[in-house]
Amino acid sequence: MSFVNTLTDNWSLFLEAFANTVKLFLLSGAGALVFGTALAVCRVSPVPALRAFGTGYVTLLRNTPLTLVFFFVAFGFPYLQINFDFFVFAVIALTSYTSAFVCEAIRSGINTVPQGQAEAARSIGLTFAQGLRFVILPQAVRAVVPPLTSVANALLKNTTIAAGFSVAEAGSIRANLSELGEPVLNGLLWVVIGFLILVIPLTVIQHRLERLWNVSR
Amino acid sequence: MKAHTIEPTLLFDVPGPQARRRNRIIGLVGTVVLLAIGAYIVYRFAETGQFSATKWSIFEYAQVQRTILDGYLNTLKAAAVASVLAVTLGAVLAAGRLSDHRWLRGPAFVLVEGFRAIPLLLLMFLFYYGAPQVGLRLSPFLAVVLGLTLYNGSVLAEVFRSGVEAVPRGQSEAAFSIGLRKRQVMTTVLLPQAIRTMLPAIISQLVVLLKDTALGFLVTYPELLKELKQLATAGEFEFPLIPLVIVGGTIYIATCLALAAIARFLERRVSRPRGSGRRGARAEQRLDPAAEDELARTGATGE
Repeated sequence: MSFVNTLTDNWSLFLEAFANTVKLFLLSGAGALVFGTALAVCRVSPVPALRAFGTGYVTLLRNTPLTLVFFFVAFGFPYLQINFDFFVFAVIALTSYTSAFVCEAIRSGINTVPQGQAEAARSIGLTFAQGLRFVILPQAVRAVVPPLTSVANALLKNTTIAAGFSVAEAGSIRANLSELGEPVLNGLLWVVIGFLILVIPLTVIQHRLERLWNVSR
Repeated sequence: MKAHTIEPTLLFDVPGPQARRRNRIIGLVGTVVLLAIGAYIVYRFAETGQFSATKWSIFEYAQVQRTILDGYLNTLKAAAVASVLAVTLGAVLAAGRLSDHRWLRGPAFVLVEGFRAIPLLLLMFLFYYGAPQVGLRLSPFLAVVLGLTLYNGSVLAEVFRSGVEAVPRGQSEAAFSIGLRKRQVMTTVLLPQAIRTMLPAIISQLVVLLKDTALGFLVTYPELLKELKQLATAGEFEFPLIPLVIVGGTIYIATCLALAAIARFLERRVSRPRGSGRRGARAEQRLDPAAEDELARTGATGE
């Protein structure tokens, strides 16, 4: 019975922590989507300076451990006299890291559309906006959304790292429980179950979309 | 005459004179903005004394160099051991998922999906903080390696599976029709072809694994990041956190890029033309497009 008690006795702790996890996920997900799209636009743009910036940013962030990014933001920013609370720092770290992957997903998705499609659209007299709207984007979205759901999945799991930097989210439940003298393993198993509940819908959506679009291609 | 060499891309036609002028303006404005941001960051660093001689002098001490090197070696050690184990586990799980027997396929599916759904940090926590409760005391090193192995092993299992499934069906049909057994079809026909296409995805997953060793710092494994954090508390060097992060980041990035370079080298080597073959190796390499997408996706998503 003690396994169930670990959850029911600390119900508010679990609820608060997971609410923070979801908040972290949504905020940095939205931020990464915006910033990542901007980066992707830079990387496919005909302007060399912007392309170089996009490539540089992606190379830098993709090859740095997320923990190091967190470390730099959470402990380094105060030295640079940039002060927020740890939650905001966590959102900044997750956003800047995930943006690089969002950028790559979007860029490689756009690249899967054959160039003849754009040429054909131009040759039948569609304007740039029309070509984008009716020809290129509908095809690109199919290639972009599945990898984006994987990125979202990874982001959700990556939020746990914030626990190492004083943010009260699902990853930090362990430390709180052990202070209360609760059995650690039980608490951890409940956190795992919580994550499965959060991750499985994402995976199901991903498989659905893939199947839907594989058929109609 | 550089502007004339710009290739048309999907979204942009070869620019005409007007577009070229506009691109130059955007490029100029963009460069100025980016330089301004860069200059501001450097200014903040300088203003707060991040470039002071005292802070950077920490790297002159043999003791400090030794500590950083030890941390780096610990990182590499965990990554190397976990890589070997993860590839092995991935192969076993993929074999299970591709099996003809339902009682093997089912559990393999559950294990693969399960370990991919659990955050890696929680796996490490389970091994380090959770396992003692059932009488299993694991060293931080083992906790890190086990966590990395289970997580990356299940991701690699999916890479292996989609790689084998991406080999054109005609290959296995032909192999069966000349009388090869199941195991022979797999080892002599499917795997040799699949490995060529899987290699980039495998290596990029190993880069992810290497980066994830940095999580070890949260279960007290003395890897590079933990040593850096320790050094950053040195008051006699004015708490040189930013210099240490710059050096540490450079080490991580250089290591990952070196791995990626190895990946590119291997890719070139294994995809060189194979003697006979009428259509040339390039055409032979084409796979089922959907499977190819799936392969390309793994490892490029930060999982």
